[in-house]
Amino acid sequence: MDFATDQSVIAKDVSQDKASPILEVKHLKKSFGDLQVLKDISFNLNAGEVLSIIGPSGSGKSTLLRCLTQLETFEAGAVRVDGKDMVVSAPNEPVKYAPSKVLRDIRLSTGLVFQNFNLFPHLTVLQNLTLAPIRVLGENREAARELGLCLLKQMGLEGKEKSYPCELSGGQQQRVSIARALALKPKILFFDEPTSALDPELTGEVLKIIRQLAEDRMTMVIVTHEMAFARDVANQVIFMDQGVVVEQGTPDFVFKQSQNKRLSSFLKRFSET
Amino acid sequence: MSDLSNLLPILWGGFCTTLAIFVLTLLFSIPLGLLVAVLKMSRYRIVRYPVSFYISVMRGTPLLLQIVAIYFGSYYLSEYAGVDFSFERFPAVIVAFSINYAAYFAEIFRGGIQSIPKGQYEAAYMLGLTRGQTFYRIILPQVVKRVVPASANEVITLVKDTSLAQVIAVTELFALAKKQQAAYASIYPLFVAGVFYYVANLLLSMVFAYIERKLNYYK
Repeated sequence: MDFATDQSVIAKDVSQDKASPILEVKHLKKSFGDLQVLKDISFNLNAGEVLSIIGPSGSGKSTLLRCLTQLETFEAGAVRVDGKDMVVSAPNEPVKYAPSKVLRDIRLSTGLVFQNFNLFPHLTVLQNLTLAPIRVLGENREAARELGLCLLKQMGLEGKEKSYPCELSGGQQQRVSIARALALKPKILFFDEPTSALDPELTGEVLKIIRQLAEDRMTMVIVTHEMAFARDVANQVIFMDQGVVVEQGTPDFVFKQSQNKRLSSFLKRFSET
Repeated sequence: MSDLSNLLPILWGGFCTTLAIFVLTLLFSIPLGLLVAVLKMSRYRIVRYPVSFYISVMRGTPLLLQIVAIYFGSYYLSEYAGVDFSFERFPAVIVAFSINYAAYFAEIFRGGIQSIPKGQYEAAYMLGLTRGQTFYRIILPQVVKRVVPASANEVITLVKDTSLAQVIAVTELFALAKKQQAAYASIYPLFVAGVFYYVANLLLSMVFAYIERKLNYYK
């Protein structure tokens, strides 16, 4: 791909078979000790679509995301990313993970944007973006640099490539971390409360970037407390409470039509604040 | 003043020995300390426990005693246990200083490594970096910055600790100054030796201040 001429580096090829979802989660269960935090979670996501996950604190949203990105292990269930199975066990038996080579492939096809950015403070913005493409994918320096600069431009951070993360605002840092995840050209991008660590006046610039990615048909799973954003950006919304998917459907259904009591009291609390 | 012109060349000779102990100790104890720090954080008890014991002995007994133990210990081993090996004086000093300072450095490095937020490891993991790449490219550079102030303390202490080498008759700066004290029937040579230590540490402090400033390019 010629990045110099293609403005939208992250535009996804969505010509693949629409019938098979790019992310499949089946009967996923996860406990911390005696506390079961995820009780039988299932959903599918198609390529080029956006899933918002909402729910009260402690409902298991972030844990779910961490299971899907392999930062946590789960005890039962199955996850398939872009046709690759994360586990080799049947859905009803204890999880047996796939060989590490497969897990690594899956990891490289999934990007994660953290709540508190987790940029590498000792590296410049550009080095943050090029480290993995050079060291992990083995791209040559010049190509990695080109892609990095192009991504920065797309994030509205032109001219910041030589800055260090500490010299940037929170919103800028989060945009760098989105660019860093995109530099590996992931198939799915996960967001773990991407604006929760930001000052309110900085959330807008990050949300705008994510909206832009959605328009470019980037497949995304977004855990967020920004309700209006969750509704507008998503094709599909999941409402979680106490480790279960309580309601699931189109934004219109979840935010307007659903009669579910827990959901409506959750949304009511949000509209009051 | 002619006293001083006689004294300085003699003390300078001792200072060179001091400098050699200093440089060699740092050369060996810093990498060894890093290794010990990593081993102390091992997930295996069989690795962790002996390393903890080693650190506690090194920090819990006088360096003076450790020098004696290494030197005479190896002598007795060769004499009575039939082991055909014993240390010369100077190598014994280097070994004792190195394993002693490695223990202190290890604890500084361990603190530094453990102060790096978990998120750095997670970000590296998500980007597909291997464990080795994560350690050398992400963790270690940040650890260096965090351990410089505490390491400066150790390094400056080391300059003064070299005077302990005289316990097995290695003629470093302080040992020679003491000899001259007898010859001059005055403590004046000891003060001149003190000036040597002080100037060396003054230079070291400046070097460390410079390093800290250089590493200040990020927070």
